[in-house]
Amino acid sequence: MIQGIFHYEFLQNAFLTGMMIGIIAPLLGVFVVVRRLSLIADALSHVTLAGIAASLLLERNVAMMAGLNPLYLGMVFSVGGSLFIEKLRSVYKHYQELAIPIILSSGIGLGVIFISLANGFNTDLFSYLFGSVSAVSRTDLWVVFIIGILVILVIILLYKELFLLSFDEEHAKASGIAAKSIHFIFIVMVALVIAASMRIVGILLVSSLMTLPVAASIRIARGFKQTIFLSVLFGEVSVLGGLFTAYYLDLAPGGTIVMIAVLILIISIFYKKLLIHKGGQPGER
Amino acid sequence: MQSIIEIKKLFYRYEKDAVLEDINIIVPHGSFLAIVGPNGSGKSTLLKLILGLLKPQKGEIYLFGQEINKFKDWQKIGYVSQKANSFNTGFPATVSEVVESGLTKKLGMFKFFKKEHAQKVREALDAVGMTKFSNRNIGELSGGQQQRVFIARALVSEPSLLILDEPTVGVDAENVSNFYQMLGELNKNREITLLLVTHDIGTISDKVSHVACLNKHLHFHGETNEFEQLRADDMSKAYGHDVHLLAHHHEHGGVTR
Repeated sequence: MIQGIFHYEFLQNAFLTGMMIGIIAPLLGVFVVVRRLSLIADALSHVTLAGIAASLLLERNVAMMAGLNPLYLGMVFSVGGSLFIEKLRSVYKHYQELAIPIILSSGIGLGVIFISLANGFNTDLFSYLFGSVSAVSRTDLWVVFIIGILVILVIILLYKELFLLSFDEEHAKASGIAAKSIHFIFIVMVALVIAASMRIVGILLVSSLMTLPVAASIRIARGFKQTIFLSVLFGEVSVLGGLFTAYYLDLAPGGTIVMIAVLILIISIFYKKLLIHKGGQPGER
Repeated sequence: MQSIIEIKKLFYRYEKDAVLEDINIIVPHGSFLAIVGPNGSGKSTLLKLILGLLKPQKGEIYLFGQEINKFKDWQKIGYVSQKANSFNTGFPATVSEVVESGLTKKLGMFKFFKKEHAQKVREALDAVGMTKFSNRNIGELSGGQQQRVFIARALVSEPSLLILDEPTVGVDAENVSNFYQMLGELNKNREITLLLVTHDIGTISDKVSHVACLNKHLHFHGETNEFEQLRADDMSKAYGHDVHLLAHHHEHGGVTR
């Protein structure tokens, strides 16, 4: 396969895209998890599904739209969904989690209508649902790289503010940080990363790449920077290992990537237990 | 000496309910003032007014000699809120990282932490006696230790005035006097003016230089030693009923109820 990467363009596309997603999904995921917004990723991925389905439908029925990359409309839906979630969260101040089932079901509802109109599933849609090694195009690769660089830059530039906002929102607001704008930028980035990741892991499993590596990392990391570092490392191992396995066993990469992430999570839990047995880390409770 | 806070004839009401009436305080530079009052006595409202989060309806507030509406130097004021106790205790950040986050506003957007900031973080942790915990995750510490970390987070931007809202909530009884010891040292060694509010009279210690009792009106405002004689009388005024003060001095001089 290593040779294959040099030989086949589709493998290069899949691996380079995967490597970028393996960085940005867990990187943003750390902030998503510590802010207890894990389910938002799930809701947004289902909205993205509606966007993809809409795009596939248009592609089939409107001549002008033929050849349109579904990634674009997926992104538009995802970002639109994220703004709608924010609106709902401010409308239902005391039931903020309500925004998630509302958006999630609207996304699936809309998606199913588009899919029915397009006369059901086809292989293309299947690859969007569960990811694909062979379907990643050069355009997908470029789009993901642009999003990836943007996300990494924003995280580096706004690291202090994002940290403070995640750790102690009240204090962030009291100290005069532009909390609203930063939160807005953050949520739009989450929407973009979800749309970008679906090519590799698939819509139904996108959120796992934002949460599972972080869940494993939180168990063993000391401090926030280490949590980020380990999350990205675990994410990268899952994506590359998953793509490799998927290619050789001819499986959907979404499944293999997630199962490797689950395996890492189980090891991290076991590893912590092992440490406690040995007498534990100082301050262990 | 310039006064740090000066409040003249301050009134505040929510709808029809008067919360604060005719409040007058002068907090001199270098003092350590405790404002005591039962729940609902207007303590939080008074703090919000001083922090500029509410606008006075009548009366004047001066911070560092400047009218509060014209006051811009907010980074001179450090604030440790009661809410500090209710953060996500599973948050994966070390004590240093938490303290460092206190510099966020001072540094400004798109600026990065540098070596000199790490030095400031060490100094702030040293001032609250938490240096040896700097590499621990914040969730592993006890409530009292976490409270010290939050004070360090306020100290790291080098404020001249530190305002603490119910700082001893979550600190176990035996550590309260150590906690005041630490505040007393900040007050003396770093010349930081301290203002704390609490509903618990039992936690006032002799490290405090001035005490005021609040219940809509400010009932007493003076030196702690005078407070000793006046406290029973004023407490019952502030609390609206007789308060049994089983005051006695410990070796540390802490007064408990």
